[in-house]
Amino acid sequence: MNKDILICGVGGQGTVLASRIIAAAAMDEGSPVHSAETIGMAQRGGSVTSHVRIGGEAYSPMISPGGADMLLAFEPGEAVRNLRYLKKDGTAVVNTTAVKPVTESLKDTGYDGSEMTAYLKQKCSCIFVDAEEVCRPFGSSKFFNIIMLGVAAGSGSLGLSRETLLKQIEKYVPAKFLDVNIRAFEAGTALAGRASGNPKGEE
Amino acid sequence: MKQYVMGNGAIALGALSAGVGLVAGYPGTPSSEIIETISKCPHEGVHLEWSVNEKAALEVAAAAAYSGARAMVTMKQMGLNVASDPLMSVAYIGVKGGLVIVSADDPGPISSQTEQDTRRYADFCRIPVFDPASPEEAYEMIRDAFEYSEKYSTPVLFRPTTRVCHAYAAIETPDNYAAAPYGGFERDPGKWVIFPRLSYINHGKIEKRNGEIAKDFSSYRFNTVEGAGTGKAVVASGVSYNYVRECLKGQEGIRLIRVATAFPFPEDFMLKALDGVKEVLCIEELSPYIEEQILKIAGKNHLDLRISGKLDGSVPHNGENGVELCSGILDRFLGIRTALEQADVSDAPALPVRPPVLCAGCPHRASFYAVKQAMKGQKAVFCGDIGCYTLGNAMPLDMVDTCLCMGAGITMAQGMSHMNKDTTAFAFVGDSTFFASGMTGVVNAVYNEADIILCVLDNSTTAMTGHQPHPGTGRNMMGNAVEKVSIEKVLEGIGVKKVLTVDPLKPDEAVRAVKECEQETGVRAIIFKSPCVAITKPAGKCAVDTAKCVNCKKCIREIGCPALITAGGRVTIDRNLCTGCGLCSHICPVHAIGGEQA
Repeated sequence: MNKDILICGVGGQGTVLASRIIAAAAMDEGSPVHSAETIGMAQRGGSVTSHVRIGGEAYSPMISPGGADMLLAFEPGEAVRNLRYLKKDGTAVVNTTAVKPVTESLKDTGYDGSEMTAYLKQKCSCIFVDAEEVCRPFGSSKFFNIIMLGVAAGSGSLGLSRETLLKQIEKYVPAKFLDVNIRAFEAGTALAGRASGNPKGEE
Repeated sequence: MKQYVMGNGAIALGALSAGVGLVAGYPGTPSSEIIETISKCPHEGVHLEWSVNEKAALEVAAAAAYSGARAMVTMKQMGLNVASDPLMSVAYIGVKGGLVIVSADDPGPISSQTEQDTRRYADFCRIPVFDPASPEEAYEMIRDAFEYSEKYSTPVLFRPTTRVCHAYAAIETPDNYAAAPYGGFERDPGKWVIFPRLSYINHGKIEKRNGEIAKDFSSYRFNTVEGAGTGKAVVASGVSYNYVRECLKGQEGIRLIRVATAFPFPEDFMLKALDGVKEVLCIEELSPYIEEQILKIAGKNHLDLRISGKLDGSVPHNGENGVELCSGILDRFLGIRTALEQADVSDAPALPVRPPVLCAGCPHRASFYAVKQAMKGQKAVFCGDIGCYTLGNAMPLDMVDTCLCMGAGITMAQGMSHMNKDTTAFAFVGDSTFFASGMTGVVNAVYNEADIILCVLDNSTTAMTGHQPHPGTGRNMMGNAVEKVSIEKVLEGIGVKKVLTVDPLKPDEAVRAVKECEQETGVRAIIFKSPCVAITKPAGKCAVDTAKCVNCKKCIREIGCPALITAGGRVTIDRNLCTGCGLCSHICPVHAIGGEQA
């Protein structure tokens, strides 16, 4: 199996852990894996990406534009920024809650991500996730990355089994937060089932 | 065991498996995780340290190599500028144990001030350089680097780039590591003491030896030729080699030549690889080093060869290559189509700009704001330095007028004070940078009667590169608690008469301290002491009292904290980001922002 998954978001959203878990799960299933991360200055509130490449035909550490099977976007503007990486028939899993950069707050342009969501809808097959809403039962946005991972798994286009992913979550998250992370993952999986490609998941 | 590691981790584990006995370095993206990996990995008999700077690291390691042990030094490419003094000389002296200097280049640049090329240093210092293309190769190649270093008794450079350092791959490694046994230092002044006569003799020997290494490298396992095609060939190195392979997937028979050892250049290998080739395209990052070597070879051997690359404009001089760029270049050169079909995003809405900013609650924001408030309406120049606090340049703080290199803020402020008498010159320096290369600058200021206000932003860590300890933190890489070197005492010892220490999160006191220093002359220092928010528990959260808030947005306009956002046109605080530092509550003119307990 060759699968290219591009995870994008804003520094601090936990994209690196999501990428680590996907890579570890693929390895556990016996596939060769490579990945690449944004590290350094960009982590301070900048745009970040993780490229996960599963399969033996990956040479470049980064996915080619037009090559990603899945775009796992933690922020709607970042989804649009990286849309050109998505394959024509690829799937985008997108959080609709915008992260406002300081530059936007200063200029007060009213950026709230809705324009991005509307644009994505016309451009590709999307599963939308409202982070604010899905995180509410957990009382914190801390588990958001695991929820997104759950959505990706539930969409069926990640190509990895629920069990291997859960096994790796167990390895990577602190023991005292394991239960809540498992619940977060399950919530994401369930949401993927319900989602039909519109921001609120309405039929 | 099989481990999924970053390129930097692969370099670390490769060095450990080669029996390295001493590793020293200074943090710098993209190299920092090499030493961090070693510190987390069970090993025996290895001395590990974050040195005070790259020059110190190389000198410590050189002595280990003189003693017969294998030693490794790690740094980013600009660190090599700092280490260039000992590097140049140790290249003349040579080594007994293997000495590998890892200098990570940063095409782009992504997290650096320059796009310099470590391969040029190899040529300049006349020492071999290794250029891995992936984490898997880096693991193998770092071990080769030690072998070659010992075989030819020379220090060698090892040059990964950001995309190799920060790429991950699975690597088969041993379970345990131990430093290789070594003989210890043997006195031999004729060998270890550099003098003009010795340099003259060794210079001759080095050039002769480099000819031998070039021959040796001509059969080196990572200098490779793929594809039997004639007429046109592509030459690539480092990660660009893998970009080219990615582009040429499914294309048959195109000749791809890869050079992993740029210096001493494997001339015999290249001559053979170019047999039957009329046109060659060189794809490499940073400088056109290999391209120039091929030009030389072509001239020397009267080859009928068209050479393209950076020098004829086929490949850009600046920035990193990437698959997309390589694909376009290859398509033009080979007359093929390699690019994948992409979605047309030319009609996308305007994207939010996300420059890196100081974190919510960062004490540097409060320090800069205090100086800004104290100096309102007065002529001042703010000389910045390298670290998170370079981000003090961003709007709305706008508090960095110059930034050059490590430690330069302190000395540049002096030049400013001598030549701009009507301006108060400030120097901002972080704690780690202060130890790395700030202290000598303060001596210079005291000795040469400069008129500056030195602001040490002490957050008790090396934050930008991932929170490494330094001499002021009381912890070292051997896992030991050690005496903290006091910045206050260092400054007093140097002869700075006025040294104030304040908590920047107490804005009134901080502003008062700046005003007090402003009234005096000579070298004055303020240590703004407050730990980095990334390594401390938040004090609590702040919240906006919507009944009191008049929505004037002064908080956002004045300090630009990422936790201060507008929702539905109203100012609100992002609870996920807020650390409860309280700086915004201090600014609010109607006292609408208050703290909550965590």
